[in-house]
Amino acid sequence: MLRTLRQRITITDIFIWIIGLAIAGVVIWGSIRTLEQGRYSAGAWLDLTIKGLALGGVYALIAMGYTMVYGILKMINFAHSEVFMSGPFTAVFVALGLSNSGFLDRQPIIGLLIITLVSAVVSMVIAILLERICYRPLRNAPRLVPLITAIGASFFLQYVFRGFYGSGSKGYPTINILKGSWHIFGIEVFKIQIIVIASAIVMMLTLYAIVQWTKIGKAMRSVSEDKEAAELMGIDVDRVIVFTFAIGGASAGVAGILYVLLFPVVNFYMGFFPGIKAFTAAVLGGIGNVPGAFLGSIILGLLESVGPNLFLTGLNIPSPSQLKDAIAFVVLVLILIFRPTGILGERIAQDKA
Amino acid sequence: MTKRLLVFVSILMIASMVLSACAQAAAPYTCTDSIGCVTIAPTDPIHIAYLLVVAGPNAALGTDSRNGVEIAIDDAGGKILGHTIKFDGEDSGCSAEGGVAGATKLAADPTIVGVIGTSCSSEARAALPLLSKAGFVMLSSSNTAPSLTTPGSSDNYGTAYDRTAHNDNFQGTAAAEFAFTVLKITKVATIHDGSLYADELVKVFGAKFTAYGGAITTATSVDPNQADMSSVLADVAAGSPQLIYFPIFMPAGALIVKQAKTTPGLEHTYLMGADGLFSPDVASGAGSDIEGFLVSSPAVSGDAYTAFLGKYQAKFGTGPINIFHAHAYDAFNILKTAIEKVTVQDADGTLHIPRNALRDAVRNTVSFKGLTGSLTCNETLAQGGIDIKFPGDCSSAGMAVWVYHNVPFEIFKNPEVVWIQGTGVIKEVTPP
Repeated sequence: MLRTLRQRITITDIFIWIIGLAIAGVVIWGSIRTLEQGRYSAGAWLDLTIKGLALGGVYALIAMGYTMVYGILKMINFAHSEVFMSGPFTAVFVALGLSNSGFLDRQPIIGLLIITLVSAVVSMVIAILLERICYRPLRNAPRLVPLITAIGASFFLQYVFRGFYGSGSKGYPTINILKGSWHIFGIEVFKIQIIVIASAIVMMLTLYAIVQWTKIGKAMRSVSEDKEAAELMGIDVDRVIVFTFAIGGASAGVAGILYVLLFPVVNFYMGFFPGIKAFTAAVLGGIGNVPGAFLGSIILGLLESVGPNLFLTGLNIPSPSQLKDAIAFVVLVLILIFRPTGILGERIAQDKA
Repeated sequence: MTKRLLVFVSILMIASMVLSACAQAAAPYTCTDSIGCVTIAPTDPIHIAYLLVVAGPNAALGTDSRNGVEIAIDDAGGKILGHTIKFDGEDSGCSAEGGVAGATKLAADPTIVGVIGTSCSSEARAALPLLSKAGFVMLSSSNTAPSLTTPGSSDNYGTAYDRTAHNDNFQGTAAAEFAFTVLKITKVATIHDGSLYADELVKVFGAKFTAYGGAITTATSVDPNQADMSSVLADVAAGSPQLIYFPIFMPAGALIVKQAKTTPGLEHTYLMGADGLFSPDVASGAGSDIEGFLVSSPAVSGDAYTAFLGKYQAKFGTGPINIFHAHAYDAFNILKTAIEKVTVQDADGTLHIPRNALRDAVRNTVSFKGLTGSLTCNETLAQGGIDIKFPGDCSSAGMAVWVYHNVPFEIFKNPEVVWIQGTGVIKEVTPP
């Protein structure tokens, strides 16, 4: 009995466990110290939590593109961050036009819908072109080939958009009806954050419904399980793949507009960090799994928003907010150590194995 | 026969040697300068080059300076000491790499007497070793990093470099003076972005502000590419400051302006940046939340300047596109005056410009009447224990604070000036 246990647990395992416990210890100790200090009011914590949820909602919509493409093609589409950037970076011109003509003040809802539609369509078209030009010819190539292609395509798109629209930053106009705050159950919440969270949830439910209950969704799931068998059953695999890229792209385009509602400055490299965070979130939740991507994104958004102030302030670390990315990635490493398939990734992982 | 020919050739040779010796003795000028001289033939132009960012995202900064120099050349009638002025140069890209690339090209041209540049401090640091070695004198209209003139600094190349722009130590103390004496506030939070520029500015600001008796509630930093400022702003808000000083760049600057308005506890806090945030990008990036955002940046005024603006409009069909055109105008004129002072002129119009003497003449500029005020390049000034001016810093006037309004960017109108150091309040600042 003891021998089998000793065979199963290696030195590496013990070492990893020690690292994990040490990090968990630092996190708990830092949090207790921070709360003892009482530097932040309850209102500040609540505000950070709501901002974290809004950020998580945006990550979730981007993560959909990664996770659905992975589910079907078993490849990581690293150019997805540029699909995300292309929408809002193009729609800023529409937004400025609508704002300068006064339309955005008079019909803000229609204006916002037009901007969102432009962004979603641009991102969708870029995603479809990406699949058609870069990935389809390489579908049967070794797995590393499309991965490298994706990285190349990512740089290509970044610099194409830089060439189109310039390398400076452009600002989105302020939409007056979205300014200010609402009181919900006696808590003051900024309108923009509520709108971003609500839109993200509606988008996620729509995507989930498409995958679960429509004919094309059924086809997607069957291609994801077994491409050859699906083809034999009369499913047009190419069509399903194009559709997957299209809805992933459109959801990234909508995410782009929600993102600029929160952070209204666009430039050609704006996609890189949100893209990598959304990918992290997808892995955190279990890549290939739609609810997992949502859960992972919300957790990551909250960690990034609340984490630095909660874990690090008490340890007297200067400018903790600069370490928010470190916190996000440490959590990713911990999840991968203790649960390599991600939080909800069990079933998919078994399929792969 | 052969003997006679030999004698004849010998005599000829001796004669020619004697004659050539006589000609040498008659030469009116010998270069004794330690780093050499530039000799300009009677019909050749005087070559002055620029090394400014005239392309890419920061093109407005360098183009504006170049325009200032072109107006100065027009005002000089296109000539120095009867020689036409040849003015051309290289783009420096506002980066160290661009600075090296441009400086390498310029250094290979021995006809260049002086260089107007660079636009950005990082370029200067990269370009100075090359240009200094080539023997040029460089005058910058917009470098602000203190290390370029700080005595003993490795970036200080002595008399090879002077600037008409303010030193950031000067800008930081002016900002602190404005916050404490004009806004009458005592609690400030500072944010830098890890750049040399922002780091120096918040340090100087903090030192001066605490010397006045104010308190720095939080001194923190952000990543220049960070979009989500919620956690840093929560950290700042916990100290309940009355002003947040963040002398950083775009896009982080506009994102802080925007997100501060939606952070509990910061709705009524003054926001203030520095000249890195004096640009059209800021006005468009922060949307309507820009209203009331303060930035420090030089302000130039006076009759000569008004006349200059008229010439600018007439020559380029637009008003100034940045704030360092007058500084460039002054830089060129300091160089021109120094050239006129040290040049030795032959009777036939040939010019000899000793390079080291030229550097010394620029450095020894005293009380030069320029558009930006009275310029003295060889003094050290301290203010409240902080050195705001070193030898090589020619300017010590005209720092101002400006306020943005929620209208499109227009130079001198939005942002509009609210306070000039030494002059006082121009317009009351509305509390947020």
